[in-house]
Amino acid sequence: MSKEKVIYGLYDDDDIILDAVKAIREKGHHIDEVYSPFPIHGLDHAMGLKHSRIAITSFIYGCIGASCALLMFWYMMIYDWPMIIGGKPNFTLNENLPAFIPITFEMTVFFASHLMVITFLIRCGLYPGSSSTSPDPRTTDDKFLMEIHVDEDAKKVKKIKDLMKKTGAIEIKEKE
Amino acid sequence: MYIFTKNTQIICLSLIMIGLIAIGYGFYSASKTHYSDDEIKEKVKSISYNLASTKNSQDINKAKYDSHHGSKKHKFSDLFHAVEKELHCHFSEEEIASAESIDDVIYITKHYFHAKKQRPWSSLFASNLFFLMISLAGLVWLAVQYISQSGWSASLLRIPQAVSAFLPYGGIIMLFIIITGALHWHHTFHWMDSSLTYEYVVEESMQTDHPIYTNEKGDGIISNANYDYIIAGKTAYLNIPFFILRAIIYLLGWCLAAFLLRKFSLKEDLEGGVKWHNKMFTVSAIFIVFAAVTTSTAAWDWIMSIDTHWFSTLFGWYSFASFFVSACAVIAIITIHLKYKGYLENVNENHMHDFGRYLLAFSIFWTYLWFAQYMLIWYANIPEEVTYYQIRFESYHILIIIALILNFLNPMLLIQDRDAKRLKGQVLFVAILILIGHFIDVFVMVMPGTVGTHWHLGFVEIGTFLGYLGFFTFVVLRSLSSVPLDQKNHPMLIESKHHHI
Repeated sequence: MSKEKVIYGLYDDDDIILDAVKAIREKGHHIDEVYSPFPIHGLDHAMGLKHSRIAITSFIYGCIGASCALLMFWYMMIYDWPMIIGGKPNFTLNENLPAFIPITFEMTVFFASHLMVITFLIRCGLYPGSSSTSPDPRTTDDKFLMEIHVDEDAKKVKKIKDLMKKTGAIEIKEKE
Repeated sequence: MYIFTKNTQIICLSLIMIGLIAIGYGFYSASKTHYSDDEIKEKVKSISYNLASTKNSQDINKAKYDSHHGSKKHKFSDLFHAVEKELHCHFSEEEIASAESIDDVIYITKHYFHAKKQRPWSSLFASNLFFLMISLAGLVWLAVQYISQSGWSASLLRIPQAVSAFLPYGGIIMLFIIITGALHWHHTFHWMDSSLTYEYVVEESMQTDHPIYTNEKGDGIISNANYDYIIAGKTAYLNIPFFILRAIIYLLGWCLAAFLLRKFSLKEDLEGGVKWHNKMFTVSAIFIVFAAVTTSTAAWDWIMSIDTHWFSTLFGWYSFASFFVSACAVIAIITIHLKYKGYLENVNENHMHDFGRYLLAFSIFWTYLWFAQYMLIWYANIPEEVTYYQIRFESYHILIIIALILNFLNPMLLIQDRDAKRLKGQVLFVAILILIGHFIDVFVMVMPGTVGTHWHLGFVEIGTFLGYLGFFTFVVLRSLSSVPLDQKNHPMLIESKHHHI
């Protein structure tokens, strides 16, 4: 099994790294990661990342929220302790639904947004106790870093390094 | 430059012909079978007399006996059926059940014929209101683009400009409907009847065609049986001169803004620079403030005053949300039409995405306001408020359900997804359904207060709507074809070209 090498290219402008990503991918190399202090518009498309599936989880969480809310109302206001409020019928969920809709909506939004943020953070490796994976602390300030994994192959490594240099990298590092 | 082709013109003109035939048929059939109030009184009385003489007393007793035991037979059902046969009209079960005396029968029969006479006016009013307000909302949409300094829409701003070209046409017909209402040709705004707002009447003049009403007590003056203290309390705002004055102010203000925005935009094409852009920004900012007030008051005047007793604080926003999302749909439909014809090469799926978001967001906003208005009235259950929903839920529930499906579920399910918003065909489909759904919504706003339970969605209503569709499309496309389709010197054209989301 061949050993893997990691090449880092540091850039100092978001437009330059975006063009660099496009140019390097055009040459057929796979870019594993880009570290940036802020989201760069169009970068996910340029890197060829797959469509995020977070919207699907959001839909599922929303459904859970709506059913939780309706179950809660049914138990509290209809099954366990029916109360007559404003002379409204309270025998079935259906009859009293208009009164429940605002809170059901709130619960849906609450579940969907909070659970989606938590899912997002966990998927990004930002759960409590996780350690930073950024190879260069300057990417949290004003620099942009491109990370490419290659097999131990001097020719290929040199080719990528040259490409990075050509596309405007200000610093190129290599790691075993 | 957009070319208004012969084929499109023919389609528009044939739609206008359908509309003219429909409205003409509506007025003809309403006047052909119309009976005056006195004729109805005479006829019902004579029918009732004939019925009583042909029947023996046993039958009447039997009918009474039946009704005491909850049978379906009501006190006056025989008379109602005889009237139906004689005068060619139709009564609902509730109406037959509600009659207590012969005067009630006469009243209900009169009501039927009033509704029948009102029907073509109501369908004309509903269609005209819908397209006039779409035109206004298109102008608001244009002003919003200038105020928010939007870049994405810069290459398609000629379309909302063209949509607002319908304002003078719809406005003149609106004024016509209001003035004929003031002349009592029809009863769309029934508070215009002066017998409702005066407490007393001069006894001698009561039998004449124009009784003299007054608020002063004196000799020969008796109290007015028709007096409605709720409507009388609103006369400070709802009186005919002020009503017409307000309508003229709204329409002049809107038309002026539409005229200025178009003129400045054409000057910008010739001269360039940001001078005219800044002027348009100022006009838009002033217009938005004017529109914020006048869309609410126009909705109170033209829609809410139909149900004069009823009031709702958020009605202005609710109805404007309806018109605004319809205007977004119209602008999207025209953009997609131009795209299919090969114009607007700078517009791509990113702009479609923005239209999709507009449609989805404002559909949800409309549903939110619809529900907020409904739920508060449902919960509070105050008699003068619930009447509004009572008649709608009893007689119009099918239309309300269709409107909610088309206006809420349709965009919610079909253009929620990012990929769906970027498809021209899908946005077009959803936009057309939204347009139909919001016409139904306006129909449900207008009809219950004017024709009550005797509503139809038949040839007259649909034909008038189609006629207006043709009229509106003709005016808008002609306006669109009279100037270059692309603005040359809008400062954000490049941003619009490279718009990417």
